[in-house]
Amino acid sequence: MKRTKWLALFAVFAMVLAACGDSGGDGTTTTADGGTPTTEDGTTDTTQAPVEGGAGSGGAITLLQWQAPSGLNPFLSGGTKELLAASLILEPLAEYSPSAELVPVLATEIPTVDNGGVSEDLMSVTWTLNEGIMWSDGTPFTADDVVFTWEYCTQTPDCTQSSFFGGISSVTAVDELTVLVEFDAPTPFPYNAFVTYQSPILQKAQFEACVGANAAACTDENFGPIGTGPYVVTDFRTNDVASYEFNPNYRGVAADKPFFSEVVIQGGGDAEGSARSVLELGEADYGWNLQVDPNVLANMEAAGNGTVKAGFASNVERLMINQTNPDPALGDLRSEYDGGNNPHPFLTNPDIVRALSMAINRQELVDVGYGAGGQPTCNVWPAPPAQSTNNDWCLTQDVEGAIALLDEVGAVDSDGDGIREYEGTPLSVLYQTSTNAVRQSNQELVKSYWDQIGVETELRNIDASVFFGGDQASPDTYQKFFADIEMYTNGSGSPDPQTYMGNWTCDQVVTSDNFGGSNISRYCSADYDALYQELTETADADRRAEITIQLNDLTVNDGVMVPLIWRASVSAFSNTIQGVGDLNGWDSEYWNIEDWTRSG
Amino acid sequence: MGQYIIRRTLIAIPTLVVISFVIFIILDLAPGDPTASLPLTVPPEVRERIRETLGFNDPFLIRWFKWMSQMFIAEPLNATEQVFNVSLGDSEERLRILSWSSRAPVIDTILERLPQTIWVLGTAFILGVLIAIPVGVISAYKQYSAFDNVGTFVSMAGYSMPVFFTGVLAIVIFSVWLDWFPSFYDTTHKVTDFDSFVFQLKQMAMPVGVLALFNAAALSRFTRSSVLDNLNEDYVRTARSKGLRENRVLLRHVLRNSLIPVVTLIALQIPGIFAGAIITETIFRINGLGKYLIDSILAADIPAVQTLTFIFAALTVFFNLIADVTYGLLDPRIRYD
Repeated sequence: MKRTKWLALFAVFAMVLAACGDSGGDGTTTTADGGTPTTEDGTTDTTQAPVEGGAGSGGAITLLQWQAPSGLNPFLSGGTKELLAASLILEPLAEYSPSAELVPVLATEIPTVDNGGVSEDLMSVTWTLNEGIMWSDGTPFTADDVVFTWEYCTQTPDCTQSSFFGGISSVTAVDELTVLVEFDAPTPFPYNAFVTYQSPILQKAQFEACVGANAAACTDENFGPIGTGPYVVTDFRTNDVASYEFNPNYRGVAADKPFFSEVVIQGGGDAEGSARSVLELGEADYGWNLQVDPNVLANMEAAGNGTVKAGFASNVERLMINQTNPDPALGDLRSEYDGGNNPHPFLTNPDIVRALSMAINRQELVDVGYGAGGQPTCNVWPAPPAQSTNNDWCLTQDVEGAIALLDEVGAVDSDGDGIREYEGTPLSVLYQTSTNAVRQSNQELVKSYWDQIGVETELRNIDASVFFGGDQASPDTYQKFFADIEMYTNGSGSPDPQTYMGNWTCDQVVTSDNFGGSNISRYCSADYDALYQELTETADADRRAEITIQLNDLTVNDGVMVPLIWRASVSAFSNTIQGVGDLNGWDSEYWNIEDWTRSG
Repeated sequence: MGQYIIRRTLIAIPTLVVISFVIFIILDLAPGDPTASLPLTVPPEVRERIRETLGFNDPFLIRWFKWMSQMFIAEPLNATEQVFNVSLGDSEERLRILSWSSRAPVIDTILERLPQTIWVLGTAFILGVLIAIPVGVISAYKQYSAFDNVGTFVSMAGYSMPVFFTGVLAIVIFSVWLDWFPSFYDTTHKVTDFDSFVFQLKQMAMPVGVLALFNAAALSRFTRSSVLDNLNEDYVRTARSKGLRENRVLLRHVLRNSLIPVVTLIALQIPGIFAGAIITETIFRINGLGKYLIDSILAADIPAVQTLTFIFAALTVFFNLIADVTYGLLDPRIRYD
């Protein structure tokens, strides 16, 4: 009796499973008939009736951004996720290719001194705009819109991209298609304003009423900017989904661009889930920012649905070496520069820092945490053409050499506790970073390397929102630097190193009076400052690269920073998507989305 | 009864004001900075200006009063305007609660997120209750039978396996191996015909299944023990000795009495439907209210966190009242006058 009951129960269960299986099969067929394997709900009918083979003939493409965009106004939200989502709609005058070359977008050409676009005294730059460009609402794009964009950002106090407009005294419309940008001082590298997806052009007619204090209240505008780009937003849900359709007024329509009629940016979930969707399940076409365990990612890639791509720019994971004394006993003087009177007891000795650097096996750090998304590097400025080769000694781990070097400078273990002392101070460091699985695994490895050379390491990790938050009262921020060594990633927003290399001049040293300084290591060198001054006055590209290499070598040789890993952005593409080329690390990863097509 | 409800509602008002104040204090003490997620290339002086315009640097009490006036004056007025399509006072200048990360009105985002949250969590909840109560009653009635043992095993397994494990397991089995269901939830999907309804069922299947299992597990154990307690009561023996049929004894007498503690549990779980399920929503990529709350916390988006937690608090207070009223319906001995 009992047995028959069980059998019946099992039979019911089996029927339920079978029913589910059937409906699953049916659903797949209906969507496959729709011709777009990526949309699950069969929303293939677009409002425009696309011409066969023409612009918008390619159906829908699904892009996964697990950190979803919160808005579409790049001037109010500076995060990459928002900038990316906006870059389908808004365009700058010029953008960078993956190889860091400037490419004109809305401008006819890149202005230079040679073609007369940049004045001889480097005080102004003249942009000529392409003729006949239309906003997606059908009105013409003119120089007034460019001028308005400058006014918008400079008059809105919370404009996140205002550093792009720094040093500009005026932007004027010479005529309908000519914009004159004038600077306060000679500017050898004038391509910050209106260049890259971080500083695109807004439509004056749309945003005129949204300047200054009104900026935040303009929700409709911030969620639906009118642009000149290949797509128009149709539905925007903050931190969730952004839906686009192709812009019939796009200048590329005559050349059958863009191919896809619809774009959906789907947010939510996590990096691993996105990677699975693209690589293993093939249910999406692109997955952004896949910082996933390299082994897991490689297994998923082996399923054969997609490919992982890495886009290198200038981001470097590095150890910042505190040049001041963080001893808690110092009270208010803790990690204060104090005019150079509060040096670190041993980390100001470049040889000790060099020994710490030599002991590290950078390749192992990459293999454990970064995979395709990282390369060992010995430079603070990692990217060509200003890539230094003078520090390549650090690429091979040399524990013996590190030990010899420490012995040589007199940092020896005199009391037999296994930890070396330098001028009476034990080589014991507090090493902090933000809370993140990859960083903690790298921290453990670095600690084990340093154990081998007699340096004691105490590890600490701090929640990212506190560590990178600017709370001046918190002792745990990276600016406060109440530790000997800290690890994080920094990089330049532009392929030109000038702004970035300016981070380590004496006037940028972080102090309690100058909490906003960017010189976190509290490094101050007259040589560095003089060389940097020269960089800001030099226009010749080759000479600029030379100076950058020298500046880079100074920071490394003086033991201010220990570069570890040159980090790339990692994204996955479905194998059916063609025409992507290299992943762009310097600009929007969607910079050439109008050229993307689907095969098969 | 009516008086009782009015009295309870009046007590709820100061309770909620205190709750909102406590939430504000906790958020104020918690570390975090709305500009922390910006790239390091954004210079500190720009960050300071952003904090200034957001009102992050305003004194605590000013921020609290501002939020209170927005929550209890501006938002209700705005809602009335939208519903009745009228203009009340200076509606252009009235400031709504704006999120610090999206700069959009928090209430609008909450309304945008409600459908998917209620679809998934509501269905999972109802399904959980529908499974749990019969299973609990039968398990108790046939204590130590095969059904009871299997039920105990399944509910223990369901309760002890965390959603982040069962969820990923479900994705691996049903999406990766069997390819039956999509691994993520499309919030823009609209049900228009039979096919789209089937798709809606398919995208709901995994999250609802996983959550329903979890909900049912706890609730069925609870129902089982409550029914067991009642089965040994004297009134059950009396009912049986009167010659009542077993069905009547079980369903009319035992079940009704056993449901009183179960109803409390169910009523207090309902606000949880609106609070969302943070882990499930992350795993199945459902951008519901739970995901909104956790994103806001991570982004130090204080207005959003404050508004969301306050709404959850208000719902909890409200459903507490509902539970108390329901006792009276289940058990005539409970009086409120």
